[in-house]
Amino acid sequence: MIYLDNSATTKPYPEVLDTYKTVAEEYFANPSSLHKLGGRAEALLNKCRAQAARLLNVKEQEIIFTSGGTEGNNTAIKGVAFGYRQRGKHMITTKVEHPASRAAFEQLEALGYDVTYLDVDREGRISVDDVKRALRDDTILVSVIHVNNELGTIQPVEEIGNLLKERPKTLFHVDHVQGFTKVPLDFYEAGIDLCTISGHKIHGPRGTGILFIREGVQLSPLLAGGGQEHGLRSGTENLPAIAAFVRAMRMTTERARTGIAALDKLSKRIRQALEELPGVTVNTPKQGAAPHILNATVHGLRAEVFIHALEEEGIYISTKSACSSKESEASAVLLACGIPEEAARQAVRISLSFENTPEEIERFLQTFARKLSELKNAME
Amino acid sequence: MMEPIYLDHAATTPTHPEVIDRMVSVYREAFGNPSSVHSFGRKARRLVDEAREAIARSIGASPKEIVFTSGGTESDNMAIIGAAYAKKEQGRHIITTKVEHHAVLNTCRALEKQGFTVTYLDVDRAGRVDVEALRRALRDDTILVTIMYGNNEVGTLQPIAAIAELLKGRDVLFHTDAVQAFGTEAIDVRTLGVDLLSMTAHKINGPKGIGFLYVREGVRLVPYQHGGEQERKRRAGTHNVPGIVGLQKALEIADAEREQRVRHYRALRDVLLSTLEERGVRFAVNGDPDGGLAHIVNLFFPGTNVETLLTALDLSGVAVSSGSACTAGSVDPSHVLTAMFGAESEEAKSSIRVSFGLYNTEEQVKKAANIIAETVGRMVSGA
Ligand SMILES: Cc1ncc(COP(=O)(O)O)c(C=O)c1O
Ligand SMILES: Cc1ncc(COP(=O)(O)O)c(C=O)c1O
Repeated sequence: MIYLDNSATTKPYPEVLDTYKTVAEEYFANPSSLHKLGGRAEALLNKCRAQAARLLNVKEQEIIFTSGGTEGNNTAIKGVAFGYRQRGKHMITTKVEHPASRAAFEQLEALGYDVTYLDVDREGRISVDDVKRALRDDTILVSVIHVNNELGTIQPVEEIGNLLKERPKTLFHVDHVQGFTKVPLDFYEAGIDLCTISGHKIHGPRGTGILFIREGVQLSPLLAGGGQEHGLRSGTENLPAIAAFVRAMRMTTERARTGIAALDKLSKRIRQALEELPGVTVNTPKQGAAPHILNATVHGLRAEVFIHALEEEGIYISTKSACSSKESEASAVLLACGIPEEAARQAVRISLSFENTPEEIERFLQTFARKLSELKNAME
Repeated sequence: MMEPIYLDHAATTPTHPEVIDRMVSVYREAFGNPSSVHSFGRKARRLVDEAREAIARSIGASPKEIVFTSGGTESDNMAIIGAAYAKKEQGRHIITTKVEHHAVLNTCRALEKQGFTVTYLDVDRAGRVDVEALRRALRDDTILVTIMYGNNEVGTLQPIAAIAELLKGRDVLFHTDAVQAFGTEAIDVRTLGVDLLSMTAHKINGPKGIGFLYVREGVRLVPYQHGGEQERKRRAGTHNVPGIVGLQKALEIADAEREQRVRHYRALRDVLLSTLEERGVRFAVNGDPDGGLAHIVNLFFPGTNVETLLTALDLSGVAVSSGSACTAGSVDPSHVLTAMFGAESEEAKSSIRVSFGLYNTEEQVKKAANIIAETVGRMVSGA
């Protein structure tokens, strides 16, 4: 099996599952309980938070644990919208956001907020000048995806953050779900106020995530209840999963030291091989893209057909983002880049993890080429 | 130091070993994203479908009426906010009780700030709402009634079926928080007649971070978490497949063992109460004398202070709680006991909650009862 759909989800590390199991068994109590067992659970929760903060280079009190990327994005975007509505009702985002952000903005529009969706260039990138032009006195939030989940394109978040540093009334949210550990990002340096991360994209467990909330930012919480997570995310803490997630953060951060360069090599190799194939166009830009995502159009073949052909050989790649691959529509992200509808429908995504080896990639490429010519021949 | 005797299962329960094993094997073998089109995705999707069917069957619902969430708090928020916003053109009045969990109460308070009006019904000294009082509170613009199934502090059961009967034929949605009732009560949404029902897995030896909301077919909610198209657009976010399968497993075990568990908890309760009586401790049981949730016993010890009592019991190796949501180490007087007995009542200041679970034995409970008797005796005599 060669699994190249790591942007949809990753396989948890065995050590991560061990942590899950141990914590579920030995720290099962509710961290809010006042007794010793509760205290022990609370101490572990604090330790996890401290460790996560260290790995992200932020303060402990700036981290809340969530149920994942979707909740993180929703909490950030709606939390700012409702928390700062006195200040203004204008927000800026892009046309290439993950549905977890896009749908939140659409809901806010229905509630009377004014949202500007910035265009992207052919590489899927917004321009900082466009951000500057879109800013108004009543702009309360700019929300940008760091690494695009379909194309791998990196947005200029540092520049946007710099621009916004002079505008303390406009908060800056970054969806870092795909970028985390693959494309380094210093939250403070980049002037980020809110940043979303998800556990299952980095070999952690499902149902985990972090929202970074810079000190001083006052969100209106999405979930009301027992007041856990500084009152910003009520609900009994999922401690076994949190501990396992933080372990995955630690392990992937460690792997990233040498892993990023290795990924870069792999993706260059894939790009080079695919570009040599007749009728294949690589959509992911050469410069300014993450090392683990490669999007390509296989002209003349429906993406689903090609994916299933590869699957018969034990190779797993995907169409566009997993959340919407059931729809027959072309990818909105690719269309936004000006890729024609036909080519967008024929696009496939290859997404790597630190665990993929050069041997796997060679086998994948051979199979890719063979299947491509088989299918093309069958069609003639 | 010996392991404390854990009698705080209403706060959370240990995950059943079979549940953990099942989850770990799902992580190993079916880690795909159910929304992916390849076979990994399909395998994961199949597990989610099967779990949904099994869970629906267990509560007499149909599979598409089950929406998976991250737990009880999210289910409650989704039900209440989702119903309020879906029906806001029809009216803005909501009815609940004074003894709900904070996941319901604080959600209602948040809605009050957004232009909704909320009536908080009183309860009697047993913690029960009066169906007549509910009838009187109903208005033309009432859109939602949310009343819990069984109380998490005192175990009192509310007359859910009678309330559903009263609401029949009215255009009012009925939500019940059944988080504490799963595990000891047989739940059938059709006979109950509710529109919305919340559940969380970690109270019945399932995993944390997973639960569901039952949404009767035809009931429209405004989703509060937007994104991908999971859960028929009612709850976006990548499916927590291992959690969902873990919930299914925990519910299956609980269903199979329910009667046995209820008998066991009742026996434990008898041991607890008879030991306290034998030791001559002055106490009263808070809650419904006609019987409430089998795993919860709320005890009033006149002349004690709950905070001191809890600390002393903890030092002696008995893990119980005050029943109120405790944050930052302070014990606020319980809102439930306050609603039952009044803010200045002795009960609100001198009561603890004992809650039983799967692994408790009669010996443990007897031992805990003796420790409670000694501790209370010391406090009351001022020694
Ligand atoms: C860029 C991006 N943001 C948000 C999400 C949503 O995260 P989750 O699946 O943890 O809800 C995803 C993945 O699905 C993603 O790729
Ligand atoms: C009655 C009741 N409702 C809701 C909840 C909240 O559930 P969760 O902790 O899964 O969010 C709890 C427990 O904490 C509860 O006892």
